[in-house]
Amino acid sequence: MNILILGAGQVGSNVAYQLAREEANQVTIVDINPSALRELQDRLDVRTVIGHAAYPEVLDRAGANKADMIIALTDSDELNMVACQIAYTLFDTPTKIARVRAPEYINAPNLFQQENMPVDVVISPEQLVTENIEQLIHYPGAFQVLEFADGKVRLVGVRAHEGGLLVGQQIRALTDHLPNVEARVAAIYRNGYPINPDGDTMVKQDDEVFFIAARKDIRVVMSEMRKLEDPVRKVVIAGGGNIGYRLAAALESTNQVKIIERSKERAQYLSEMLTRTIVLNGDAADEALMLEENVDSADIFVAITNAEEANILSSMLAKRLGCKKVMALINRPSYAELVESGNIDVAISPQQVTIGSLLAHVRKGDVVKVHALRRGRAEAIEAIAHGQPGRSKVVGKAIEAVKLPPGTSISAIVRGDKVMQAHHDTIVEENDHVILFMTDRRHIDEVERLFQAGR
Amino acid sequence: MRLAVVQRITGLLMIIFSVTMLPPMAVSLYFHDGALHAFQQGFGITLMTGFIIWFPARKHTEELRLRDGFLIVAAFWFGLGSVGALPFLFMEAPSMSLTDAMFESMSGLTTTGATVLTGLDYLPQSLLFYRQQLQWLGGMGIVVLAVAVLPMLGVGGMQLYRAEIAGPVKDTKLTPRITETAKALWYIYLGLTIACGAAYYYAGMNLFDAICHSFSTVAIGGFSTHDASIGFFDSRLINSIATVFMFIAGINFSLHFLAIRSGKLSNYLADSEFRTYASGLAGLSIAVVAYLYLAGEYSSIEATVSEGLFQAVSIATTTGFTTTDYSAWPGALPVVLIFASFVGGCAGSTGGGIKVMRVLLLYRQGVREIKRLVHPNAEVPVKLGGQTVSPRVIESVWGFFAVYVVVFAIMMMILLADGIDQVTAFSAIAASLNNLGPGLGDVATGFGSLSNLSKWVCVIAMLLGRLEIFTVLVLVSRTFWRD
Repeated sequence: MNILILGAGQVGSNVAYQLAREEANQVTIVDINPSALRELQDRLDVRTVIGHAAYPEVLDRAGANKADMIIALTDSDELNMVACQIAYTLFDTPTKIARVRAPEYINAPNLFQQENMPVDVVISPEQLVTENIEQLIHYPGAFQVLEFADGKVRLVGVRAHEGGLLVGQQIRALTDHLPNVEARVAAIYRNGYPINPDGDTMVKQDDEVFFIAARKDIRVVMSEMRKLEDPVRKVVIAGGGNIGYRLAAALESTNQVKIIERSKERAQYLSEMLTRTIVLNGDAADEALMLEENVDSADIFVAITNAEEANILSSMLAKRLGCKKVMALINRPSYAELVESGNIDVAISPQQVTIGSLLAHVRKGDVVKVHALRRGRAEAIEAIAHGQPGRSKVVGKAIEAVKLPPGTSISAIVRGDKVMQAHHDTIVEENDHVILFMTDRRHIDEVERLFQAGR
Repeated sequence: MRLAVVQRITGLLMIIFSVTMLPPMAVSLYFHDGALHAFQQGFGITLMTGFIIWFPARKHTEELRLRDGFLIVAAFWFGLGSVGALPFLFMEAPSMSLTDAMFESMSGLTTTGATVLTGLDYLPQSLLFYRQQLQWLGGMGIVVLAVAVLPMLGVGGMQLYRAEIAGPVKDTKLTPRITETAKALWYIYLGLTIACGAAYYYAGMNLFDAICHSFSTVAIGGFSTHDASIGFFDSRLINSIATVFMFIAGINFSLHFLAIRSGKLSNYLADSEFRTYASGLAGLSIAVVAYLYLAGEYSSIEATVSEGLFQAVSIATTTGFTTTDYSAWPGALPVVLIFASFVGGCAGSTGGGIKVMRVLLLYRQGVREIKRLVHPNAEVPVKLGGQTVSPRVIESVWGFFAVYVVVFAIMMMILLADGIDQVTAFSAIAASLNNLGPGLGDVATGFGSLSNLSKWVCVIAMLLGRLEIFTVLVLVSRTFWRD
């Protein structure tokens, strides 16, 4: 696929990295800053074009007329929208994706339609990250909660812990423990490496277990893996930026929320916008302030300032003070890997969240949803099976007969409104939503081929 | 520096290169020229060497870094020059010394076109074909070819490409994937070669000569299958075909690519490097023809135009084909032509020399200095095609120019110390460093009369010229090896 990315900022360059490492994609990046582009050119096999991202001449030079997809990821919402408009009007680009942050645009009805503002997909990393954090707070103990099939099914990642009923037992015992619950272990990572789970695999302490279950069953299944934690009540948020504000607004009706913001004006603004949240003006790494505000007895401390180093340090401090659980927003994958095994419970990667929503549009075959996992090494995919039995590689076949590449497994099937667990003899029907887990995403093209309409 | 990765890629490239010994074998079988064994041995040894280098390091598939690219390209060109010399060494007639074989091989690969052989017309066809093929492979760049056919290089491909491709600005990719860019360049190159060969064939060359000469024309090499070079055919039509294709091959291949993709020839005229190149060649040709005419060198005006134009383009693009002994031309002409070869072809072409782009930038920089003297407070950016050229590029061009001059001076002095007269020493180094081929004085027709030391100096000059000095020079700097 020929992809044009506008903006080589943090999100833009990460998306470029993720897309360019797939053989099938040809990536061109446009930015106005030559030094950012030079650095990218050294690291990635992409073409770079210097210029203003919305100018027709620049888009033409970047090959917009041949692009299959344009992804506008510059800092400016307006620039992104205009670039999509121009790509549509002058170059007839098939898929146009724009990053739009301001809720004022996103919530405007009928704005993003072909005849008005031709943006096919609007992504807002802040919103995605906020939702992600919300989910994690909702299921304490999970380090990853991902939705499939419009939220009917969820993929949950938990670290197995003593006190979980299944820990120390074989996976097949799950059905004995919970006879009425359809749940399936999709993958297990032990010491950072994937092991291929089957019924005989023993769940050990500190394993990272990914399981898939219907929404209502998640809490019971989680209790199999670790002692269930109490629902979260007290939340402390460090950093009152866009994400902090959205998160506070979403949580303040159900939880006790405190938000620490450094800038006086921003803190004032937040206090005017939020109703029940306590807005504190101060430094998130100030031990005295944290003690004064009882961070030590908080259930969750979420550090989401712009500076990832500060996030790491302040959440480590909160943990040491006695906060039950800490999360930090970390952009750099290497940092995330460093801290997640240590004092910080969850490292939130905005890029991983964003890239997933983009990948669904890049994938061939009818792929509805893609979630990047484990810093982009693994992937969970929701694809729709099409084609006639006998001609399709999936439809009409039992799951055990579908030829999956190594490291890939079918975790669940959603048929209509029904969530079915994938047994080896389940027959896939047309229009089933098939949820797959890949521990090695290098085999992605083989999976794509499976779901390309029955030929 | 991860030597294992460098080792793996170098070995792999060598294995691929061994395949290029197969076409000469076919030629040998076809003509029954008795030279088959030389290529069989060459093939076997190259393949084995490549395998021995590659095998221990085959598992090191890490991404290449910037430094590795320099090392691979330099090591590979040197290694290639060496194994490329094998068939020359294994040949009984002509029997060549190690120095001569190495000289011939390097002269071929770097598209210099200087030769130590005489009596080309009586050599086995397969050997003649092999020489031409070496030039053809070296023209667009054997590493660029490797990048085109090896998909697994990834970003590393860019590092290799950058270390081999000629010109001051190396970051411009034609397509998002470096493999695709390399492929596009080679397709254009191949297309030009086929067109050139067909034109030669219809102009009256036999098939063998047409193919062989198309190789060395499009590569801006200058090897021929005859001692008299293109002059052997004594045909104005062939002269003009050669002139046209040398001119085309001296243009930046990115321009060809853009012209083909957009279908518009106006792309060429919009490029200031091309305009300089074309007008420079035109001016030089007119001057040469006028000089020849006034000196009464040729009897007819047609002959004057044909010879003057051909020789001017051949030398100025650094091809080095000859139809006549231009070193015997009157007055300043031989030296003027040698100096023209310092400018050479455009950046990103197959031509040698300093490259038109750099000379143009140096000139604009000179103009800027004058303007600054007159208006001390003026902001005077150096522009190219309406775009400001970054000071970083200008600096690198100055650096390149300075190093070029210094390297030239040092090598010329070594030759002088070796007891060679000034004209010969000057032109021999100019012809090697600019990848030109024929020089003046004792090296007007061949380099056979030089001593071994001088030949080796020329071999190094050719390699430096082809890889634009810095790729080789970084390897002898201490900074490069320090972590």
